[in-house]
Amino acid sequence: MEALNAAKDAGASYADARIGRYRRQGINTRERQVTNVSDSESYGLGVRALVGGSWGFAATSTMTKEGVVAAAKEAARLARAARSVQRRPVELASTPAVKGTWKTPTTRDPLDVAIEDKVALLLAANEAALKVPKVRFVNSGLQLLREEKTLATTDGTLVTQTFVRVGPQFTATAINDGDFQSYTEELAPRGQGWEYIESLDMPHNAEKWASLAVEKLSARSVEVGRWDLILHPTNLWLTIHESIGHPTELDRAMGYEANYAGTSFVAPPEKQIGKLKYGPEFMNIQGDRTQEGSLARVGWDDEGVAADKWLIIEKGIFKDYQTTREQSAWISKLTGVTRSHGCSFADSWSSVQFQRMPNVSLLPSEKDTSLDDIIAATDRGIIIRNRGSWSIDHQRYNFQFSGQTFHEVKGGKVVGMLKDVAYQANTPQFWNSMDMIGGKSSYWLGGSFGDGKGEPGQSNSVSHGCVPARFKQVNIVNTGRSA
Amino acid sequence: MPPRSLFSAYAPPLLTREQSKAVADKVLSVAKADETRVAITSGWSGNTRFAGGEITTSGGITDTTVSVVSTIGKRRASVSTNVLDDASLARTVDLAERLARLSPEDPEIMPELGSQTYTPVDSYIEATADLGAEARAAAAKRVIERASQVGKSAGDMFVAGFLEANAGARAIATSRGLFAYHRSTDATLSTTARTPDGTGSGWASGGARDWAKLDPSALGTTAAQKAVASRNPVAIEPGMYTVVLEPQAVADLVPLLGGAFNARSADEGRGTFSKRGGGTRLGEKVMDERVTLYSDPADPDLLAQPFDGEGLPLQRRVWIENGVLKNFSYSRFWAQKQGKEATGGGGGGGGGGGFGGGLPGGLKMVGGTKSTDELIAGTQRGILVTHFFYIRSLDQRTVLVTGLTRDGTFLIENGKITKALKNFRWNESPLFMLNKLEELGKAERTAAGQVMPSLRVKDFNFTSLSDAV
Repeated sequence: MEALNAAKDAGASYADARIGRYRRQGINTRERQVTNVSDSESYGLGVRALVGGSWGFAATSTMTKEGVVAAAKEAARLARAARSVQRRPVELASTPAVKGTWKTPTTRDPLDVAIEDKVALLLAANEAALKVPKVRFVNSGLQLLREEKTLATTDGTLVTQTFVRVGPQFTATAINDGDFQSYTEELAPRGQGWEYIESLDMPHNAEKWASLAVEKLSARSVEVGRWDLILHPTNLWLTIHESIGHPTELDRAMGYEANYAGTSFVAPPEKQIGKLKYGPEFMNIQGDRTQEGSLARVGWDDEGVAADKWLIIEKGIFKDYQTTREQSAWISKLTGVTRSHGCSFADSWSSVQFQRMPNVSLLPSEKDTSLDDIIAATDRGIIIRNRGSWSIDHQRYNFQFSGQTFHEVKGGKVVGMLKDVAYQANTPQFWNSMDMIGGKSSYWLGGSFGDGKGEPGQSNSVSHGCVPARFKQVNIVNTGRSA
Repeated sequence: MPPRSLFSAYAPPLLTREQSKAVADKVLSVAKADETRVAITSGWSGNTRFAGGEITTSGGITDTTVSVVSTIGKRRASVSTNVLDDASLARTVDLAERLARLSPEDPEIMPELGSQTYTPVDSYIEATADLGAEARAAAAKRVIERASQVGKSAGDMFVAGFLEANAGARAIATSRGLFAYHRSTDATLSTTARTPDGTGSGWASGGARDWAKLDPSALGTTAAQKAVASRNPVAIEPGMYTVVLEPQAVADLVPLLGGAFNARSADEGRGTFSKRGGGTRLGEKVMDERVTLYSDPADPDLLAQPFDGEGLPLQRRVWIENGVLKNFSYSRFWAQKQGKEATGGGGGGGGGGGFGGGLPGGLKMVGGTKSTDELIAGTQRGILVTHFFYIRSLDQRTVLVTGLTRDGTFLIENGKITKALKNFRWNESPLFMLNKLEELGKAERTAAGQVMPSLRVKDFNFTSLSDAV
């Protein structure tokens, strides 16, 4: 409150103050040893002030009355300086003042689990993997976060939230005759507690995962050309993230990221909303900050807007963007939506909040098609699982993604393993080539612990749910060493 | 009652040598582990971001973080905090010691270092540390005005960019008597200009320890000129082309070789410079004989921190000299095991010091005498690349990566730029590239602590077209 009063006294028409305490723990192991055990705590305050329609932001870890007031004054000073280079004053969409608390539902807080238990779990997974012949290297790890955040605004909002996120990792490398192949299991990070880590049963499953690295040693290098692709949800989530999640961020579409992450082919809004045919009629993409277990789940965003759920793509047609309070007025005449979709987020007390991706997910087909049904219906194709190398251009048109395993399908059956596979496509063509998707029981929630955007760079955690899907005649390139 | 802070709100955010020493002594005095290392990072960062011709966000941040690395026997753990009252510091030390006790033994652990001697490097410039909100706004305005003016023929230019200034101090102390302190500043300014028809985009960037060495108007001019010239790009068939890479494009690729110089990967048979059947290619010619690549914190163009995260002094290290692989980078553990000298780059929290050894101490590639324009003039047919984007590894051993061109890609015919081209995706390796050199241009500073030349390279592998502007 001292900060808000100081910002107001310094001329702010609106201000918000966020106090954050972040506790992060990381454990990494290789083979039979621990390579890193670290624990960090970061605590401080960030103040954002709006003066004459321009923003200023200042943050400090000096949590005394003097420190907080100095930060608020600095925020107002920055806003006044920014006003000298202003074209369009910021207008905020109204949002009801809220008071409350919210916490990620967990059975067991991962930071309360003894470090010995965490280390023992990882080393047991490594040991199981090393039993597989030809497996020489294993890396496993855990990233754990507890984020406590209190937001107060001059509009009267006061909310306190605690977010818990966990991120497990596992990679095995097999070596044979001068060749080596690695396999990384797609262990999705989640907005859940220790119970999720336990549910993965890493010590029991590690042998199976490590065997896939060995199997890759004898995989056949792929023939380049057009193939039908069956993307497993463990691979497709990242393709959704890059080719739908990022291009439908309104700040990107408006050029705010032009100097860094890039702009978007889904622009300008007046030519795209209700018009762009992103994919087939059975394609529905949902933006969501309420989904259970997801990384972007919140009670309220960093502007005090209640968590929202809405369709970004409905029946294959682009419908709406991801927005914050400042952005919703830019397109409300086109969408009829006047509220913010609640996509404001800052990765630290020391970072300014801005538009970040909610969970963006592909909804299942009404018919309960399974992965096996899709395979059976495919004459010549490749099934791709897990994330591999990925790269996409700055307007999100041209992408090249890989995976961890590639299985060849012939005449409706899996016939063997391929390697050196990457698929390269143009976003609208790719999504319009989708001709089959799975149903509810094939749905899986993937995600990324660290998605970068903004200058200075910030990292956001986001989940993407999806079902397996088939794409017709996609360009396959060979990324082998002779390439 | 709020905790008693070590520092008042009005004290400078950057700790002096004496203040850092006082914090380190306080931590070491309560430490009970066999060995303790303390790293103290303090500083200020000011930024101003602009888009659509106006400032969109601007920020100022001050913070001080204390990291404690405790070693008990062969067990080690690290804990950090930015809450600096006595009780929090004591809790941090206690937690590090507890975690260390709980960690399994690390057979590769190295003892902490004792007192060391460092090459003095002056990389702190007051003009950068004093770059306040008003001065940054004025600089953003200069970029926007100049770019708008230069690009006027194309209409109302969309100008975006980012300016950041940092002033920081880093201190490292160990219970064996080591104390290292270094303070530095850096500033970066980059800008993107886009034409209103959405078909042209140009980019320019500069980075230096000294803000005064950056010229906002010149960067605005370059970005706008590129934007105007890159309008209405045409598609040409992807394939192998001679390229002229501007220094920033070279800076996007050459530092990716850092991991290739890792001694342990090479010795273990999974490195870029491992030989099949054992051994490494040390002493062999691995790239064009005009390539020389080195790190040196004291080089006046680099001015990097003269020690690594463990407090190990950094010296000049030549990685490639006249195309010959001269040195590998050694972590302290691997150096001891192989009977070599450690080159630094360690300092992560835990043990397992095997794979440290990036390339600390800045990176400089020696250039030639010609300007980028002269390289263009000497090109029969080729493609000029401003910079690259979204680079991702395809094969670690060959350093094969994929990425895209961005913000100004042009066709060169008979020594002149003739057309704007659509952007390409490419799959290429900096290692292959430095074996296909035609000519080196002048080297210039591409960022604080980095110097790269422009290059003309043949047979650069463009694999597909991108519609992105």
